[in-house]
Amino acid sequence: MIKISIIKTENLTYVYGEKTPFEHTAVDNVSIDIDEGEFVGVIGHTGSGKSTLIQHFNGLLKATSGRVFIDNEELLWEDKKKLREMRFKVGLVFQYPEYQLFEETVYKDISFGPKNMGLDDDEIDRRIKETARLVGLDESILEKSPFELSGGQKRRAAIAGVMAMEPKVLILDEPTAGLDPKGRDRILGQIKEYHEEKKNTVMLVSHSMEDVAKNATKILVMNNSKLFCYDTPVNVFKRADELEGMGLSVPQVTKVFNRLKAMGIPINDDVYTVEYGKKLIMKMLGKQA
Amino acid sequence: MLKDITIGQFFPGKSVVHRLDPRMKIILTGIFIVLLFMAQSILALSVGIIFMLGAFLISQIPLRLMAKSIKPIIPIIIFTAVLNLFFISTGDMLLHFWIIKITTGGVKTSIFMVVRIVCLIIGTSLLTYTTSPIALTDAIERLLSPLKKIKVPVHELSMMMTIALRFIPTLIEETDKIMSAQKARGADMETGSLIQRAKALVPILIPLFVSAFRRAEELAMAMECRCYHGGEGRTRLKQLHIAARDFAALTVTVLFLAVVILINRIL
Repeated sequence: MIKISIIKTENLTYVYGEKTPFEHTAVDNVSIDIDEGEFVGVIGHTGSGKSTLIQHFNGLLKATSGRVFIDNEELLWEDKKKLREMRFKVGLVFQYPEYQLFEETVYKDISFGPKNMGLDDDEIDRRIKETARLVGLDESILEKSPFELSGGQKRRAAIAGVMAMEPKVLILDEPTAGLDPKGRDRILGQIKEYHEEKKNTVMLVSHSMEDVAKNATKILVMNNSKLFCYDTPVNVFKRADELEGMGLSVPQVTKVFNRLKAMGIPINDDVYTVEYGKKLIMKMLGKQA
Repeated sequence: MLKDITIGQFFPGKSVVHRLDPRMKIILTGIFIVLLFMAQSILALSVGIIFMLGAFLISQIPLRLMAKSIKPIIPIIIFTAVLNLFFISTGDMLLHFWIIKITTGGVKTSIFMVVRIVCLIIGTSLLTYTTSPIALTDAIERLLSPLKKIKVPVHELSMMMTIALRFIPTLIEETDKIMSAQKARGADMETGSLIQRAKALVPILIPLFVSAFRRAEELAMAMECRCYHGGEGRTRLKQLHIAARDFAALTVTVLFLAVVILINRIL
């Protein structure tokens, strides 16, 4: 398979409040190359710079130094029109995106992005219907005011508003924060479905190792404003000790298997999903699942 | 862009100016303003400038920060200067061209006005830079407390002010977030006609209002949960005390005012 780079940064650095007493380097010299079609999990401590980093990918923040390439084109701030077009390529769903809802109906709110892209009404209608289905919103909900919906529905409506722009890269910043386990699984499932159906690149910022381990094909770890690593889940979770040293943890199932191995049981240490772990144990016990 | 607003922007420090009683600082600022407008001669005005520079140096506020607070009023300064320059026709004629007459009186008045406005802004900024918003509203409440006798709801007013000041940074942050979110959806706020730009504000203002109301409701609930019921019988965490340095500062300020009055009499 040929790998095509979709997002690339070169020595990206961002400093908050430059030349004030509050100066703080939020992103420090990050160089990364993300291929098209990946499902990237972005993990890191609160304040590790992950939210700041992703805001560079669609030109909301201007790098203090370094360069950003989207789809092999450099993101330049001088050309505002071009910058806006680049934003359509990278859709960004912020934390608590339900606070951006503003229209009279959910339908109109989802159409805000596509309308800004200058699409015609038929195409907009098609996209709204499709994304509503993807995020599991009923057609009857589309005609309701977004302020009447439940928390989970609001969240999904807001995500649909970005998905409807059909960006090449969809970035979600903690899309499950503040939701109950059921709502969390639902949204994560829909994001995974979206990824499989569209074959687009998805970046998921999350605190939960389990969520990331379950879905991601690559994991990006930020630590103290620096890129710690960008690798496959197996390789990332192999560095369990280092991850724990920076206050992050590995999925619980990985911990269990690491411990089993430490106890002298001959078993793989590349387990990070429960399904795979179950299969291995069944095999060890001599039963086929 | 939004972060440039300096209202209630407190610059923490440990200087004498910072440690003065906020009530005294408000009174001193008042005296300083009176002084500025009483000064009728360049000499008297210089006395005011010296006082201001002295306070500024003692406060150890960075010059850059002060410049930032003057920047937004530059248009007003220029406007006042030009207006005074053209419309005052006392003193000797300096320039007469068509309907434009510039006289020494005009030049003098416009210079005076500019110096006064700049001093006024620096003086009052000094107050807000060296006093935390909470201390400031606390002091205003105390200073206005005699009005309680005529049933002015002083405590409620100052509580409203405290809350408003407290939430300015929060709302600014919120606005920034909503703006980023809508920009990510392709909202265009930088180009287009005036009407288009006004329309582009709708996706920002509606969520902002919704969240402001939500916040107000939550805050009211939280206050009620902690048994807040207005000003009656409330004691304070931080008691204000007038110290010797406050009287010293008052004496110095009144002396400066006296000098200005004296200069006015003599000249």
